[in-house]
Amino acid sequence: MKITRRQWLGSLLTLCSAALLPSRLFAASAVFSATDTQAVLDDLFAGLPIEDSDAINLRTPEIAENGAVVPVTVSTDISGVESISLIVDENPNPLSASFTLTSDSVPNISFRVKMGKSSTVRALVKTSDKVYMATRDVKVTIGGCGG
Amino acid sequence: MNRREFLDLLWKASLTAGLSGCDRLGNTSASDYYALPSKGEARILHITDTHAQLLPIHFREPNVNIGIGAARGRFPHLVGKNLLDELSAASGKVSDLDKHAYTYLDYTESAEQFGKVGGFAYLKTLLDQLSGDAKGGALLLDGGDTWQGSGTALWTRGQDMVGACNLLGVDVMTGHWEFTYKDSETLANAKAFNGDFIAQNVKATEDALFVGTEVHDEDSGHVFPPYVVKTLNGRRIAVIGQAFPYTPIANPRRFIPDWTFGIQESELAELVVDIRAKEKVDAVVLLSHNGMDVDLKLASQISGIDFILGGHTHDGVPLPMVIDNPGGKTVVTNAGSNGKYVGVLDIEFGAAGVSGYQYRLFPVFANLLSPDSDMQAYIDSVRAPYLKKLEEPLAVTESLLYRRGNFSGTFDQLICDSMRNVLDAEISLSPGFRWGTSVLPGEIITMERVLDQTCMTYPETYVREITGENLKFILESVCDNLFNPDPYYQQGGDMVRVGGLRFSCAPKAKMGKRIDNLELNDGTLLDARKSYKVAGWATVASQAPGVPIWDVVAEYLHAEKTVNISRGNNPVLKGVEGNPGLADYT
Repeated sequence: MKITRRQWLGSLLTLCSAALLPSRLFAASAVFSATDTQAVLDDLFAGLPIEDSDAINLRTPEIAENGAVVPVTVSTDISGVESISLIVDENPNPLSASFTLTSDSVPNISFRVKMGKSSTVRALVKTSDKVYMATRDVKVTIGGCGG
Repeated sequence: MNRREFLDLLWKASLTAGLSGCDRLGNTSASDYYALPSKGEARILHITDTHAQLLPIHFREPNVNIGIGAARGRFPHLVGKNLLDELSAASGKVSDLDKHAYTYLDYTESAEQFGKVGGFAYLKTLLDQLSGDAKGGALLLDGGDTWQGSGTALWTRGQDMVGACNLLGVDVMTGHWEFTYKDSETLANAKAFNGDFIAQNVKATEDALFVGTEVHDEDSGHVFPPYVVKTLNGRRIAVIGQAFPYTPIANPRRFIPDWTFGIQESELAELVVDIRAKEKVDAVVLLSHNGMDVDLKLASQISGIDFILGGHTHDGVPLPMVIDNPGGKTVVTNAGSNGKYVGVLDIEFGAAGVSGYQYRLFPVFANLLSPDSDMQAYIDSVRAPYLKKLEEPLAVTESLLYRRGNFSGTFDQLICDSMRNVLDAEISLSPGFRWGTSVLPGEIITMERVLDQTCMTYPETYVREITGENLKFILESVCDNLFNPDPYYQQGGDMVRVGGLRFSCAPKAKMGKRIDNLELNDGTLLDARKSYKVAGWATVASQAPGVPIWDVVAEYLHAEKTVNISRGNNPVLKGVEGNPGLADYT
């Protein structure tokens, strides 16, 4: 039997619902309240060097169709990834998401972020001794007037 | 002027001027003007952005099409004499026909001399001839913006154009304004279309997939097939569809809530690799509605595409652009709008795929062609129920009315004047669309000509209070969609047109710093905190409450009886003096 994408997603959701446990997701909530990018970087990666990397595939739209739900995908073939974080510089609280990965996790994450206005978006991939970064500009604009 | 007189004139012109690119013109007949012996093994014909203009029309090319950054001084950002100089340098002399086809120069005089352009019955005759000249026939590609732009297209929800395209023999198409009907109507039209409607960058949202929305591929989410492979003389040609990437931003998302777009550059790059690996193709063609600046950047980023046949920005570009990328070269073209041109691409093949090509952009002069009788009969039948409404005379114009250009055209000014007058507003705003035909001095403005400028599925007007600060924000936002130095952040429309308000514009400045010196018509400076009564139309967020814009313009014209608009309400430009995309600007 061929399982369609929809059936597969449906069963996955059921599975997730059953497995969902109270989590410690927001234990590190202070960093999510930080109001500028540098403070987020200092808090998350204190002391580790941060370098730009072509090994991170950060996918976003160039212009957001809806600033309230901007789709973002971060994937990488860097080994030993401990966490993947996303920072939206111009948001009131720049840290949008931070995922802690187990050693068995595939570093490929898709999610949506809310953006108040046009901004540089940074994906940060942390390993034990270094942080890798990729950036993209995402424009949030009023619509209309297309050719 | 009738067809015989026109031919006679062509004959004389060719003797005196030496027509470039059509040396055979002097010899005998009109069909020779369009004679182009095929070169290579595959001929592709390309039309785009016809905007549902079933009958021949006038369409004035812009005198303002400013390119900044890398785009400065190169196609498509050359106007008037600058464009002709470039064409002349590449292909020898240019003729009066070239001048009229590609520029605004002496527009009225030339339009009266050479007559109207385009029209599906004339296109049909020309396309059949060009196809017949090629061994094994030709492939006909349509870049989209075909199902919108006329009264009959709106009233039949695009179906009249699907029928016309089926008669024309369109093999493959992609879209933009096609998506401004309801999604269910777009899907039904795509099914009624005899060719392949393709788009690699239109996918169902995750949410929509979850509830089982109708798609082409449930795994990839593609709403339409991303590409199709066609065979000509044994050569396999992949055609990939690239719909307008910003449809849900530039046009109402509410009509297509389940679909998501975007340039999708990396997905496209992967698709090209995939097609080359699996399909054993001899050539890869991108049928694009990105707009030419986006296509030029895309061509420099992605390897493996041989040709990008583009539209959206309505640039009648007579010469192809050859762009280097890491994997080789990509040829980029743009075939104008309103049925005014047909692009002809002949491809030669060697051991490793494409080895050469010939490209010609033919202007479609109706006076040079006999209308195809079946197509003409179809068009007549489509128009018959609506003829009285279409041909209703509204007023006479004493000046040339046109829209196209980065800033306001005279027809835009008429629309802005109508809104201020009929809706009793201090300021009016009208979108910088690139479609809309031209009306010559002395001609009657019929309802059909007004609909050419306004006909779409969200025509409702509004009148509302907007603060000076927000007005500036609107102007800045639209201006960045036009002049952002990175074409991936442009939407391909022109600047919003304004009535009752003057301003200055510095295209090369940064977002938020381009618009200045805002003042009302009486010279009063615009107050950031004060509210102004503003009229407008074509809102994308939600349906506006007012009557359709065409009723507002018609009411104004009925009252005025005669109009004379010598210039648009254009901003004072700063920092672009001497730009080759700017001429005769007042």
